[in-house]
Amino acid sequence: MKGRRSARAPLIWAALALAIGVPIALAAGSEQLAWRGPVYILAGFAGIIALGLVLVQPLLIGGYLPGLSTYRGRRAHHWIGGALALAVVIHVAGLWITSPPDMIDALTYTSPTPFSPFGVTAMWAIFTVAVLAALRRRLGLRLRTWRIVHIPLAIVIVAGSVAHCLLIEGTMETISKAALCVLIVVATVKVMIDLQVWRKRRTLRGESVARQ
Amino acid sequence: MTTVVLNRRSLLAAGGSALATGLLATGVPGLLLPARADGLAPTETMSGGANNYRRGAAIVERIGKGGFWMSGTVRRAGDGVPLAGQRIQIWAHTTEGQEHEPQSHGATLTDKDGKFRLEMPQIIPIFGQPHGHLAYDSGEFKTVFLRPVMRSAKETSLEAHFVLQPA
Repeated sequence: MKGRRSARAPLIWAALALAIGVPIALAAGSEQLAWRGPVYILAGFAGIIALGLVLVQPLLIGGYLPGLSTYRGRRAHHWIGGALALAVVIHVAGLWITSPPDMIDALTYTSPTPFSPFGVTAMWAIFTVAVLAALRRRLGLRLRTWRIVHIPLAIVIVAGSVAHCLLIEGTMETISKAALCVLIVVATVKVMIDLQVWRKRRTLRGESVARQ
Repeated sequence: MTTVVLNRRSLLAAGGSALATGLLATGVPGLLLPARADGLAPTETMSGGANNYRRGAAIVERIGKGGFWMSGTVRRAGDGVPLAGQRIQIWAHTTEGQEHEPQSHGATLTDKDGKFRLEMPQIIPIFGQPHGHLAYDSGEFKTVFLRPVMRSAKETSLEAHFVLQPA
């Protein structure tokens, strides 16, 4: 039994690396790249990496990644949240440079592409969470209030990101993209169930740590 | 000749549909457009259709090296008469250039049957959809921009149809 337990941690980390690394590697082999400029390529990969980070977030907050204490998991969740916002900024800025009118249509919710409103909505949810998280202490938001804000926005981010990327015909390979999306949804649902987010009164792992 | 059989069921059905039509036409204007019922409705500009448009693309035999066919028809709103000699401008993100680049743009004229057909490089997906752009923007009729989407990025042709109304 001991051997099985010791093998579990590296296996979980390897699975995470594969779940994010394989879609990126397959996208890097896409023939579409031959006909794209460097800025467009950068914008596309920023989007793919952002999707990978959306998978990491629920895993961190649920404490599913072995070797990370609750405290370090939360710290990583904060930093990766910042990285996610930055990746989205690069994604949008790169697409804006590539084709300004298409990006403006997307941001104003007038785009003909069905995936755009999902992506733009997820983007605003990500920015809102990032800004509020950065200002949480200054605004004096209590942890419970913060959760009431963050959890619905997290659902919007996950649903919006998954719908956005699944509807896009781009450099991502279909099966690895779908697999990553399934994992994101499963991880999100699991963390919501495990932490019983719908309960008003609850004691979460490490709440005392976070309150310090 | 069709024989009209009147029975209770068909009467009920006819009465119901007439009632529904009346309700729809009066209650929801725009759902049914009686003014267009007797003729061909003009094509509306599609959202995003004018993106990366470059005014005045030259009439060309072929855009770039070709390999992909953009085709369609141009007709007059109302009576649907084919319009000959109409200039249609075409552009897309292709294997030979991005949407905004001059070499990705070209124009062609409709034949006597109102049909046009222009060879261009293979269209590839851009901004998440493999699509082309077409414009009628020559003044005589109202300007229309179209943005048809390919069912698959592997297709080697795409169609778009214009019904124009006087400017």
